[in-house]
Amino acid sequence: MSVLILAEHDGQQLNPGVYRAVSAARFWELPVHLLVTGGNTANIAELAAAIAGVQRVICLDSTHLVHPLAEDVANIIAVLGQQYRVILAAHGAFSKNILPRAAALLDVAMISDVLEIKADNTYVRSIYAGSVHSIIRSIDPIQVLTVHGSSFPVANSGGHAEIINLDVPAPIDKTRWLSENHSQSEHPALNSASVVVAGGRSLGSAENFEALLAPLAAKLGAAMGATRAAVDAGYAPNEMQVGQTGIVVAPELYIAIGVSGAVQHTFGMKDSKLIVAINQDPDAPIFQVADYGLVADLFEAVPALAAAIIQREKDQL
Amino acid sequence: MKIMVAVKRVVDYNIKVRIKPDESDVDISGVKMSVNPFDENAIEEALRLKEKGIASEIVAVSLGTTANQDVLRHALAMGVDRAVLVASDTVLQPLGIAKLLKAVIEREQPALIILGKQAIDDDAGQTGQMLAALLGYGQGTFISTLVIEGREAIVTREIDGGTQQLAVSLPAVLTADLRLNEPRFVKLPNLMMARKKPIETLNAAELGVEFSPRLQQLKVSEPPVRKPGIRVASVTELLEKLRVHEGLLI
Ligand SMILES: Cc1cc2nc3c(=O)[nH]c(=O)nc-3n(C[C@H](O)[C@H](O)[C@H](O)COP(=O)(O)OP(=O)(O)OC[C@H]3O[C@@H](n4cnc5c(N)ncnc54)[C@H](O)[C@@H]3O)c2cc1C
Ligand SMILES: Nc1ncnc2c1ncn2[C@@H]1O[C@H](COP(=O)(O)O)[C@@H](O)[C@H]1O
Repeated sequence: MSVLILAEHDGQQLNPGVYRAVSAARFWELPVHLLVTGGNTANIAELAAAIAGVQRVICLDSTHLVHPLAEDVANIIAVLGQQYRVILAAHGAFSKNILPRAAALLDVAMISDVLEIKADNTYVRSIYAGSVHSIIRSIDPIQVLTVHGSSFPVANSGGHAEIINLDVPAPIDKTRWLSENHSQSEHPALNSASVVVAGGRSLGSAENFEALLAPLAAKLGAAMGATRAAVDAGYAPNEMQVGQTGIVVAPELYIAIGVSGAVQHTFGMKDSKLIVAINQDPDAPIFQVADYGLVADLFEAVPALAAAIIQREKDQL
Repeated sequence: MKIMVAVKRVVDYNIKVRIKPDESDVDISGVKMSVNPFDENAIEEALRLKEKGIASEIVAVSLGTTANQDVLRHALAMGVDRAVLVASDTVLQPLGIAKLLKAVIEREQPALIILGKQAIDDDAGQTGQMLAALLGYGQGTFISTLVIEGREAIVTREIDGGTQQLAVSLPAVLTADLRLNEPRFVKLPNLMMARKKPIETLNAAELGVEFSPRLQQLKVSEPPVRKPGIRVASVTELLEKLRVHEGLLI
């Protein structure tokens, strides 16, 4: 019996979550296998084989897997899965699409977004937008789960896993991939940035959102994030949404600007190492999770903050 | 074309749930319950397809106790044609729910099934994908746009860092993101009328599927709280704290 990890990649790089999933997988003290599907996975397989703690990289290459569909990948997992004790992946849009489908094909339950592994079938996860923690035990013979990225450390490199190639089952052909749009941003990717500058509805317009937050983000090398209210108002694209129904981040520093701090938002950022909040309402709930809170008008405080950081840079020259 | 929507009854999103003193579960007695927000988007999208003449009939299904009649009445008041309650007093989990929904779908034969992308109580986000697997249908999850073209559902999916467009053959299972649409408000007269409409009830135990829970909740607890923060009086003080106390190079 072994642990199978579904590995997400973009053809060039493994998703950073894969390295965390490997750390989570080591809990079982069983051999760890990594499943890589794609068009030509040779270079990804090399990267995967170099992760410490991985024994085997299983590659399935086919033109129809260049843009992997849930139907096909779940089918592959269901075929392989009978031999595994655990099937897991880092929690994200990719795994959320595929693993529940695979679990149902295997007739087992799934445990989403595990925060902590307590025993080989017992987990801590959050419910009600992170406002309650629940300990659950699965009675199924195969454990299928996704793990909450920031709860598990990044696995080291230095591994020498074997790489094997398997035959690919025929495409399921219920769904056709048409296109994909990835936002082109000069800022770092939200889910791996070490600093995030996030804004809310109070920015008032897409122009303000950009004009106030982008210079600060640029100075800090930060990714930009947003509340759902800001996204719904059209101030920021939806892939910037942080929260229960958006992306979950845990950077070194999270600066929440004009964000009220609804639980649906804080779910996505309260694991950040350091949280700074700027809000004009002293009673805003965001201050309950902030390490440093500044009660101020953001239209004054944010430009002042950016200016002070620039001034400091000049002073140091 | 017939559309089925799955509607879950959940604690209203504005309510902060309490934990039972024995920590066995959350205490939802007497708490305001609502339609799961994403399921309202599912209903709304089905209604729009009917208004465009693409859908002919919309059936809303909810699984749970007789208390779930209230969310079905809400769906009827929004405009769905029929409501089905799959009644069970036992704990229902995504896999079991998917199996029960499949049994209802075999009777109803809808061409399109729309669920919410996740329930805001269990935050599982699994039922739609599991249902699609059990039915052997194609799936379109976390969708923010939907167009029916011939025998396909053309969807935009929200994925990490962007969007994806797929064509899913009908019959298909879709799961709605909040951005799919803005659900309509229910008018009081419609709610009054919905009170008089029949709700068909099926006994879950009589649908011939095994749906017992596979997951046992051992305990619930408050999440760890962050240590209390500090209020700073100015931008200057904030930067001073970040630089000196936290050692940040900014
Ligand atoms: C099912 C569901 C899922 C959801 N998922 C998410 C999610 O994933 N992510 C998310 O973010 N939200 C989500 N929400 C929405 C969430 O409940 C809140 O509505 C949202 O986070 C509020 O966004 P906001 O803080 O920008 O706006 P508001 O709540 O309107 O807050 C604006 C804040 O700005 C402050 N402010 C105003 N003017 C100024 C100024 N000049 N200077 C300084 N401060 C100012 C105000 O004091 C206030 O605190 C979800 C809701 C539901 C129902
Ligand atoms: N008891 C239920 N009754 C009807 N629909 C449900 C039920 N539970 C889950 N669903 C549907 O499945 C979706 C996803 O739920 P979940 O997988 O629990 O996050 C919900 O948005 C509903 O559309």
